[in-house]
Amino acid sequence: MNPDQSLIVGAHSLTSRLIVGTGRYETMAQMRDSLDQSGATCVTVAVRRERLYNQTGENILDFIDLDRYTLLPNTAGCYTAKDAVRAARLGREILRTLKNPGQDWVKLEVLGDSVTLLPDPVETLEACRELVADGFSVLCYTSDDPVIAKRLKALGAASVMPAGSPIGSGQGLLNQNNLRIILESLKRDDPAYPVIVDAGVGTASDVSMAFELGADGVLLNTAIAHARNPALMASAMKHAAIAGREAYLAGRIPKRLYGTASSPTEGVISTRPYGSSASAAE
Amino acid sequence: MIHVTINGKPVTLDAPMTIEQMLNSVEVPPNYLAVEVNADVVPRELHGEKLVGDGDDIEVVTLVGGG
Repeated sequence: MNPDQSLIVGAHSLTSRLIVGTGRYETMAQMRDSLDQSGATCVTVAVRRERLYNQTGENILDFIDLDRYTLLPNTAGCYTAKDAVRAARLGREILRTLKNPGQDWVKLEVLGDSVTLLPDPVETLEACRELVADGFSVLCYTSDDPVIAKRLKALGAASVMPAGSPIGSGQGLLNQNNLRIILESLKRDDPAYPVIVDAGVGTASDVSMAFELGADGVLLNTAIAHARNPALMASAMKHAAIAGREAYLAGRIPKRLYGTASSPTEGVISTRPYGSSASAAE
Repeated sequence: MIHVTINGKPVTLDAPMTIEQMLNSVEVPPNYLAVEVNADVVPRELHGEKLVGDGDDIEVVTLVGGG
């Protein structure tokens, strides 16, 4: 495997630069097929109360091949640093007993508001500090605020994960300028530091754009799970990730105001009907 | 009898018991679990010996789908 294709976060080396969520699918079988088509090697899961008194139901872990996927537990649903730390520790305990390699890391998500699902920067910073001290590799979901991004990295976050747009909104990358600023700021003197765009992806071009901007990874869930054909969308996302990353590595042409002919201008059989405009001179 | 809270619900147990016995009494599926007592995670290795006491606030969690 070409080492350049690996996404390195903390102690983990992932051969796919997509991290896919396991939530919001119609059925477990649909989830399983979508994960398969996405090519992802890491999937996120959430920590929730177990059913008591033997209520029937499936457990998602029966539909995830634990030899194929590294689990990344999240702290979704938490609004305080205290609860997020508790959720992270519980997720770690489950993965420890499963002997899954994901037992040392966590996707930290601390929300400020249940309607917008925007992150609470104050609680996120506090939780990041505590979890790093507790030995976690912390992948921090955050907004596209470059100042908070820098603070999270300074606290020891293994990855900063700025949102493209609100969770599940499908609006794509709303503020590419801020994402570019974050990438530049966090990778200055540290080009290998992983920045993963997380939240708001709507379709394949959003994934491709994130990689074209220089993101190291993209984390997505709803764009696949709620697509009309989730497994097909998962495949599209896989290709978009490859396309965007290769385009980034290939180095794009600059955007120019005026045209530059791609066929030679010498030896034409035609005559130019008008004099060339002065401003077109290169 | 002791009164505890399990996953936010009041539960009465016949007597102080180990976490393992408590899990059996509320009939949770045995796999993919973590248990927290009074906001502290109790490692699986200690489920057979740590006792649940009167007034304890217990969380029994598993992993579910999420993004």
